[in-house]
Amino acid sequence: MVENSRFGDILAYVILTLGVLVLAFPVYLAFVASTWDPATIVNGQLPLRPGPYFLQNYYRVLFEGTGSSTRQPVSVMMLNSLVMALMIAIGKIAISILSAYAIVYYRFPFRQSAFWIIFVTLMLPVEVRIYPTYKVVADLGLLDTYAGLSLPLIASATGTLLFRQFFMTIPDELLEASKIDGAGPFKFFVDTVLPLSITTIAALFVIQFIYGWNQYLWPLLITTKDNMQTIVIGIKKMIVTQDALTEWQLAMATAVLALLPPVAVVVLMQRLFVRGLVETEK
Amino acid sequence: MEKRAIFGGQTLPYLLLAPQLIVTVLFFYWPASQAVWQSFLIQDAFGTSTEFVWFENYQSLFANREYYNAMGTTALFSILVAGFSLSIALLLAVMADRQMRGAMSYRTLLIWPYAVAPAVAGVLWLFMFQPSLGMVSRGLRGMGVDWNPLLKGGHAMTLVVMAAVWKQISYNFLFFLAGLAAIPRSVIEAAAIDGARPWRRFWTIIFPLLSPTTFFLLVVNITYVFFETFGIIDAVTGGGPAKATETMVYKVFSDGRLGGDLGGSAAQSVVLLLIVIALTAIQFRYIERKVTY
Repeated sequence: MVENSRFGDILAYVILTLGVLVLAFPVYLAFVASTWDPATIVNGQLPLRPGPYFLQNYYRVLFEGTGSSTRQPVSVMMLNSLVMALMIAIGKIAISILSAYAIVYYRFPFRQSAFWIIFVTLMLPVEVRIYPTYKVVADLGLLDTYAGLSLPLIASATGTLLFRQFFMTIPDELLEASKIDGAGPFKFFVDTVLPLSITTIAALFVIQFIYGWNQYLWPLLITTKDNMQTIVIGIKKMIVTQDALTEWQLAMATAVLALLPPVAVVVLMQRLFVRGLVETEK
Repeated sequence: MEKRAIFGGQTLPYLLLAPQLIVTVLFFYWPASQAVWQSFLIQDAFGTSTEFVWFENYQSLFANREYYNAMGTTALFSILVAGFSLSIALLLAVMADRQMRGAMSYRTLLIWPYAVAPAVAGVLWLFMFQPSLGMVSRGLRGMGVDWNPLLKGGHAMTLVVMAAVWKQISYNFLFFLAGLAAIPRSVIEAAAIDGARPWRRFWTIIFPLLSPTTFFLLVVNITYVFFETFGIIDAVTGGGPAKATETMVYKVFSDGRLGGDLGGSAAQSVVLLLIVIALTAIQFRYIERKVTY
């Protein structure tokens, strides 16, 4: 048995608590700032407890927007982020589960080539082909559309590999039994494969939702209209270099609103999140 | 590995593959080949004519001092972020791996920053360290430090590193925790019976057994610094002051912005592409070796 030292336990508690506090402090400070008036913040005298302007500030960012740089209310940006994140997550799951099904359950000419065409995209992020991708999307007339925001980010192999790996673990006997029962490819997919894949789908959804919500460079390039902006872009535009112009209490309220949905997803769906993270990074 | 039981049919599989193949070709292969093609072209200032110039874009890229600066910045940034986030995460994971009350709640409280967008993380840290009103910079000024990330390159770098580390700790923490859980308890107990104290056990048993995890995380962290920190840099410093925080990806973005130097930007994209491919290859080689062991 490994010794059970009291000192070791106390040390572990102290270090972990310290870690938790350091990680939480920036967000706590942002929350505090979002509940005060501009004067308190600009004076540099921000207290460490929440102030009385919570409702007022949040109402203003959500439904009226800030004054100068971003004319759209944050609720519009949040809706854009939500649509983009959902389209990326659902779109990627849909196309990759179908292609993985074809690759695992069929033999056809060029099957290996198809697999490699998809596989090569695995680790090449959109940033390395950013301007040509912009041009393709512009040529297709997809600037300032949800399709333009999400489609290029769906083009990657992680989902296909994940589903392929999972399908390989489904016992062959299941397919043989279904075939004896007269099931075709469609029925086998809906009745057997899909129900078995639910946790994999959910795990991938959680990871892709966070990935989509947090996108920055791509939406920055292809959205020109204010009403197509995502919240992560919107918050950056609220920070003006000349500090006098930045309405920090509103920027911080927006920051809190921007980080709340993905953080909630991680905390509430912790098991799926951990699973999705570990399995997609291979 | 192949399935024994399969469906017959030749058309359906192509239909099933079509959506993914179309998206991949349209938004991946076509733009990627365009990037390669463009890197051999020079466009005149008005965008009216282009000329095929072979490797001239690459030559001027590697003759340019600024590009080496961006490479150096990227290297320094990677080392600092990977070094700090890996060691802090390892410390926290070793502590959370103890069998004690509340270990699970600590895990929840430590993993959520992963979900915060890089740009938002940057804004949070910018607010704390804003020279005139930031809470921490006031404290620093009280200690006699003339803190100003808007003017001093070193300070700006410190700020983006802190924001990037803050966000990356949770990811590394989770993988270290999984790595620790996979170490057989009996090995550690045997060492304890032999009289090895916790500190010694960590360095002679746990740390070496964790090396596959550490190596994997190192590669992932480098990729993270290369690409995902773009949002942090753009939100906090915009590459400044005086390009002190301009990484390679940031340079691709700023050189090509508003149709500026598209050929040069494309050449930089291709260099990045090669670096990512090399990293992936190293990763895969390593994973394969791990499997055969």
